[in-house]
Amino acid sequence: MKFGTQIFALSLFTFAALAAAGFGADQPFRQHMWVLFFVLLGFVAILIRNTNFQVAAPIDPSAYMDGPIRYGTIATMFWGVVGMLVGVVIALQLAYPDLNIQPWFNFGRLRPLHTSGVVFAFGGNALLCTSLYVVQRTCRARLFGGDLAWFVFWGYQLFIVMAATGYLLGITESREYAEPEWYVDIWLTIVWVAYLILFLGTILKRKEPHIYVANWFYLSFIITVAMLHVVNNLSMPVSFLGSKSYSAFSGVQDALIQWWYGHNAVGFFLTAGFLGMMYYFVPKQANRPVYSYRLSIIHFWALIFLYIWAGPHHLHYTALPDWAQTLGMVFSIMLWMPSWGGMINGLMTLSGAWDKLRTDPIIRMMVMAIAFYGMSTFEGPMMSIKTVNSLSHYTDWTIGHVHSGALGWVGMISFGAIYYMAPKLWNRQRLYSLRLVTWHFWLATLGIVVYAAVMWVSGIMQGLMWREYDEQGFLVYSFAETVAAMHPYYVMRAIGGAMYLSGALIMAWNITMTILGYQREEEPMPGSVPALQPAE
Amino acid sequence: MGLMDRHAIIEKNATLLLVGSLLVVTVGGIVEIAPLFYLDNTIEKVEGMRPYSPLELAGRNIYVREGCYLCHSQMIRPFRDEVERYGHYSLAAESMYDHPFQWGSKRTGPDLARVGDRYSNGWHVQHLTDPRSVVPESIMPSYAFLKDAPIEVKDFSTHLVANRRVGVPYNDDMIAHANADLMAQADPNADTSGLEARYPKAKVGDFDGNPQQVTEMDALVAYLQMLGTLVDFKNYDDAAGYR
Repeated sequence: MKFGTQIFALSLFTFAALAAAGFGADQPFRQHMWVLFFVLLGFVAILIRNTNFQVAAPIDPSAYMDGPIRYGTIATMFWGVVGMLVGVVIALQLAYPDLNIQPWFNFGRLRPLHTSGVVFAFGGNALLCTSLYVVQRTCRARLFGGDLAWFVFWGYQLFIVMAATGYLLGITESREYAEPEWYVDIWLTIVWVAYLILFLGTILKRKEPHIYVANWFYLSFIITVAMLHVVNNLSMPVSFLGSKSYSAFSGVQDALIQWWYGHNAVGFFLTAGFLGMMYYFVPKQANRPVYSYRLSIIHFWALIFLYIWAGPHHLHYTALPDWAQTLGMVFSIMLWMPSWGGMINGLMTLSGAWDKLRTDPIIRMMVMAIAFYGMSTFEGPMMSIKTVNSLSHYTDWTIGHVHSGALGWVGMISFGAIYYMAPKLWNRQRLYSLRLVTWHFWLATLGIVVYAAVMWVSGIMQGLMWREYDEQGFLVYSFAETVAAMHPYYVMRAIGGAMYLSGALIMAWNITMTILGYQREEEPMPGSVPALQPAE
Repeated sequence: MGLMDRHAIIEKNATLLLVGSLLVVTVGGIVEIAPLFYLDNTIEKVEGMRPYSPLELAGRNIYVREGCYLCHSQMIRPFRDEVERYGHYSLAAESMYDHPFQWGSKRTGPDLARVGDRYSNGWHVQHLTDPRSVVPESIMPSYAFLKDAPIEVKDFSTHLVANRRVGVPYNDDMIAHANADLMAQADPNADTSGLEARYPKAKVGDFDGNPQQVTEMDALVAYLQMLGTLVDFKNYDDAAGYR
């Protein structure tokens, strides 16, 4: 019977969720278990409707397994739009506080929904589907473990749904970018270990002697995120049928462990993983080999070694001991070099193919991503210098920095990878429209520029206002006055974000039409077809 | 055979690559984090720190639940403007019982590390209910619903037990009286001598203006009113505490 085991196991879990909804120790936990119950019930219903009793056709073991990757591509687009939409909503809430709807849609509950939505739901799905795409093609091997890839895909979506609904219900550990409570963390650990087995198993059965550089980055990202997630989320639940837990660590130790996690969520989830993406899709789209093999070795090991040390720069001038702050600052500055090693390797891969910038909007998107990677990995080390940080910390400058990395680097390289993959995954001749890719490119780029520039101004301005003294030695501004001064910038920031979101919506349309098999009738990109010359 | 050629060995062995990268990424964390657990001077010697009373802990849980830390820091840096604006810079000792810490990373609103005793209970309730009625420039959401939410205490001692398991020095007496202490702290007519012996400097009385019921608003205001009030800075030696 098709899906027999799955239906049986899921039904058991559905029943367990119902029991937990009935006997939960606190109200949010009971509500959360109701959500889980209905989600699992839906899964079971879909599986039962699609079951049959015929003998399944044998699977060709030499063919690539692209089903989960197709689903992952759609999930990336879907969660991307959701996460960015929530971002625009909370940006507007900061400009117009009456848009807060208590209790579920207050800023404090929506903000983790935005950060987790874009980092883990959009970014995570992008990493998941591209890594499985890349590892099969660079190893010339089908994914390891049969249906394991489907478990990883659906298990990860369940994690996203449980995390997101938990935030709205007020279920949070308050650890930035690691907010889900203990039982959701345990579920993610299971899914992540399965992901590691899936990825490593596929590498182990490869038919190529060498492991391609993209896979080094993906592998180190998977294993490091496992380590960070487990250590940072160690906590003591109040009850095994309750949502609340207390962190295993306290105060200063807790703070450093959280930012050791937090900075390396950036370093490994948002950097190493996406560098893996760059190392496959940029050479493919440009049709050129990676610029330097030696540079990739050096910057890989240097990057993963140095990144881990950088966490304390989130805690400059706090109650963290000075030696730890200084250590974090020194390593953060050193990190500039391997980061630019990656940027150089990515950009120089276009040697001999720079003309494609004029004719191929997908290459343009990837190059812009690498440029933003270089920009934000310069800005980051600069902000980690203690004197700079004394001004930038606690202000919007940090928010701007994060977004030039997230929108510019992570977003753009993912868009480029999806534009490359989609026609191949669905066996289409080409994308629905290249002209829409150009629209997306310009909307996204202008959106980021507006966003980052506005946040520089508002962040630096607010930092300076907080520390401004008059000639008699009194503070010039009350805190409330500095908040009022932010209003125009918060409006402009929301506009920048909305531009980026509208670009993503255009992409969602483009990809949907590509999947459905349409091709837009349009003029080719100028220069893409050589102009015909009369014979002489 | 050059170093770069030897790298080919790692490139052909997935297990080696996995173990190698795991070893490389563990170093930094071990060197930076582990010493914080055994270096004696990581946490300053101060007088006055105590575990949170049950009502304060319940309030702190609401602070966490609503994501207050996303806009309010609880970490005053040792700069002239911050010390003048908010009070003495924060010490590591002041968050030694905080599971999790709430230092925050962004000041969309002001720092709250020493907000205790700065405003009246009535001001806090009004501000949480309708922030712009007392601070016109404020962009904070309203938390009026806290007034109508009775605090959920089936057995609050389980929260103290969980904290004790991770190292907060709650004693058996505190755990035995957890539920009673939680209700008594917000009840203007209760006998609070036991509570005040267990939790010195605890603020008692009706916090939310509604003595009939202990609400989430009571708990949150009780927590806000004790923030930064425990350590006695008259007896604190800045030079000895520096590390």
